[in-house]
Amino acid sequence: MKLNIAALMLTGGLTLAMNAMAFEPSKPECIAPAKPGGGFDLTCRIVSNGFAEAGLLKTPMAVTFMPGGVGAVAYNHINGVRPDDGNALVAFSSGSLLNLAQGKFGKDLDESNARWVGAAGVDYGAIMVKADAPWNTLAELVADIKKDPTKFVVGAGGGVGSQDWMKAAILMKSSAVDPKSMRYVAYEGGGEALAALMGGHIQVYPGDAGEMQGQLEAGKVRVLAVMSPERLEGEFANIPTALEQGIDAQWTILRGFYLGPKVSDEAYQYWADQFSKAYESEAFMATVADKGLMPFKMQGAELDSYVRERVGYMRNLAREAGLIQ
Amino acid sequence: METLNFLATGFSVALAPLNLMLVLVGCFVGTLIGSLPGIGPINGVAILLPLAYAMGFPPESALILLAGVYYGAEYGGRISSILLNVPGDAGAIMTTLDGYPMSKRGEGGRALALSAVSSFAGSMGALLMMVVSAPLLSQFAIQFGPTEYVWLMVFAFTCLATMVGSRPVKTMVGVMIGLLLATVGVDSGTGVLRFTLGIPNFFDGVDFLVVVIGLFAISEVLALLEQWARNDFVITPVGKSFVSVADLLAVKWVVLRSTVIGFLIGVLPGTGASIASAVAYGTEKRIAEGDDEQFGKGDIRGLAAPEAANNASAAGSMVPMLTLGIPGSGTTAILLGALMMFNITPGPLLFEQQPEIAWGLIASMFIGNIALLVMNLPMIGLFVRLLSIRQAYLVPVIVMLTFVGIYSIHGDSFDLFFMVVLGVFGFLLRKLHFSLAPVILGLVLGEVLEENLRRALSISGGDWGILFNGPMAYTLAGATAAALLVPSLWRWYKKSGPRTVVTGAPLAEDD
Repeated sequence: MKLNIAALMLTGGLTLAMNAMAFEPSKPECIAPAKPGGGFDLTCRIVSNGFAEAGLLKTPMAVTFMPGGVGAVAYNHINGVRPDDGNALVAFSSGSLLNLAQGKFGKDLDESNARWVGAAGVDYGAIMVKADAPWNTLAELVADIKKDPTKFVVGAGGGVGSQDWMKAAILMKSSAVDPKSMRYVAYEGGGEALAALMGGHIQVYPGDAGEMQGQLEAGKVRVLAVMSPERLEGEFANIPTALEQGIDAQWTILRGFYLGPKVSDEAYQYWADQFSKAYESEAFMATVADKGLMPFKMQGAELDSYVRERVGYMRNLAREAGLIQ
Repeated sequence: METLNFLATGFSVALAPLNLMLVLVGCFVGTLIGSLPGIGPINGVAILLPLAYAMGFPPESALILLAGVYYGAEYGGRISSILLNVPGDAGAIMTTLDGYPMSKRGEGGRALALSAVSSFAGSMGALLMMVVSAPLLSQFAIQFGPTEYVWLMVFAFTCLATMVGSRPVKTMVGVMIGLLLATVGVDSGTGVLRFTLGIPNFFDGVDFLVVVIGLFAISEVLALLEQWARNDFVITPVGKSFVSVADLLAVKWVVLRSTVIGFLIGVLPGTGASIASAVAYGTEKRIAEGDDEQFGKGDIRGLAAPEAANNASAAGSMVPMLTLGIPGSGTTAILLGALMMFNITPGPLLFEQQPEIAWGLIASMFIGNIALLVMNLPMIGLFVRLLSIRQAYLVPVIVMLTFVGIYSIHGDSFDLFFMVVLGVFGFLLRKLHFSLAPVILGLVLGEVLEENLRRALSISGGDWGILFNGPMAYTLAGATAAALLVPSLWRWYKKSGPRTVVTGAPLAEDD
């Protein structure tokens, strides 16, 4: 009888333990929807290295690549082939969300076709001009643009409707200039746009604060404003926000991860928990900073509703700009 | 003097045992990767990057390894171009034009040796130019705006016209097909999807490598199969030919010019080995006007030019990466990403703050190039023997390699199907006596031309006058006009002048 009770307790204990550990990824994987070395690769390294250093992984996490359409190919792959694979985190950025909002991830796919699970960090837009440009503040630039919007050429690393274009459009809109009247030039990636700015082919470059690390000190470009709600830290501490200068132009670049739409609640909860543990870990947050991102701690259901809300906001922006009907 | 000091620092980094070993490994692996059809420098670097990262190498060592793979692959790309008519990578497309006919004549050894020496000379020349004038060149690169790119592409197209040969209409149709393929994808000017058929894989446009491999490798395999079915294999003679001093002397100016062209085009962001080799080839053919009947049939000048140029462009594309933090080619874009993964921000301050990385890399490239030449020359005999492998074994191996190579780009089977479709299409084109190189060049040049023309016009607000602005634009426009007019004038002059030179030897059908 005693034995039975012991056995019962043992099985009971086991069941409990098994419930707590209901999901454990057998082959954790991070899918970077870009070529190696791209922005999504860096995002994936944040979980693969950061989780490892924070001691959150039993099996090392592999990073695989699936480039195409700022994440469109990966989104279709996950929905079509592995909708219930709890092993695979897929990296996304605000750029992916913007395309999703415009229906560029395929006609039948929207933000409800994924389970948004954890944030890696954020970056913010930054308005840059050449170092010897005549403007010292964003207000001066905006005043000149208002006089004749067609006089200045704005260029950035993405086409019309991309995140970079959106930053420019938001700047125009908040300066009461019709975004359609701006002269916008699309380059292949931020590097080319930066080169065009240095070469004087374009006058304004709405880029990211993160990519300016190391360039600020070289003094070839001047950052007039960061598009963040508050001032940034570190080497950006001296750069005022657009808001401070009276122009309500904000753009947050969110980087994070989603799981397939049919992934079980256990798996979803497992990853959400891992993220909340990671945010408490110094090693993880150091990895985030190393990869040029600022902390943004949001996971699970909170992130899921945040992302859906962001996509809705972006859809409105795109509609106002005439990008979608 | 200061430069020499820095270079000495660089060599002390590059000659450290680990780095020396990595540069040799990188070059060797690069040559292998480059010689495999379908896997080019981009894939090579992309495949090794996660590995280098996982091995925990210090940043300069990782960069030395990856750069070794990069220029090693530019070296190796020529092997399958020459022996199999399948470009090992995109920069080696032009190499097929004269390299393959040479190897069909039994001069595979000569072609391989000559191209190895040209590659070496191209790399070394480019490296010297880089050491002497990197900062100056980075200025040149950023001054080069959309207008200048437009003219450079127009010039490249004019050079292409020299490839017209005996079938002008078919060449033009080929270029048109390439241009059409270039229009697929998101239109950056308006954000509208063009000709994507709703397939997300086409949103970024048609992948260049898939087209190259589909058109060249798969169609070559189909052609081999056809021969096999008809039972009329042409056994390629495996001669024991080698490059002679006379050959080298004959191409010395060709190599020198192509090195400069390749290097400068490499320095420009957005233009890489494929454009560099096409412009070099076209320029040489123009210069040889009147004496160019052999181009396309196994002329050593037509082989030396693209090989010197594609290697020079690899070195050139490092210049903006190191000095400005701006990639000069697709492969350097990945190298740049690699640096950032090691928490190093390439940019204007790299040379000052981390000279061991920048100069260590440059020094390692000198060492790597010598190693490549030493490695390559004795192996030529081995490579040539590839041709004596029975087709029954060779064909499946080529097919397997291309499939693996293409799958490794995106990890998506869509590309494999698309490649096969293109292969069948390429095979049909060949049966109709189209040349395939113009298709590829139309695709590459067309994309750069369209993007930059639209950039130029958005900058000017639609005013075409922007295209006639600035000394560089005038120079390139002048070169274009010269490339168009000089040959006709030359022909006219020779017709009206005393008939000392017999021109227009009857063009042989080149099937």
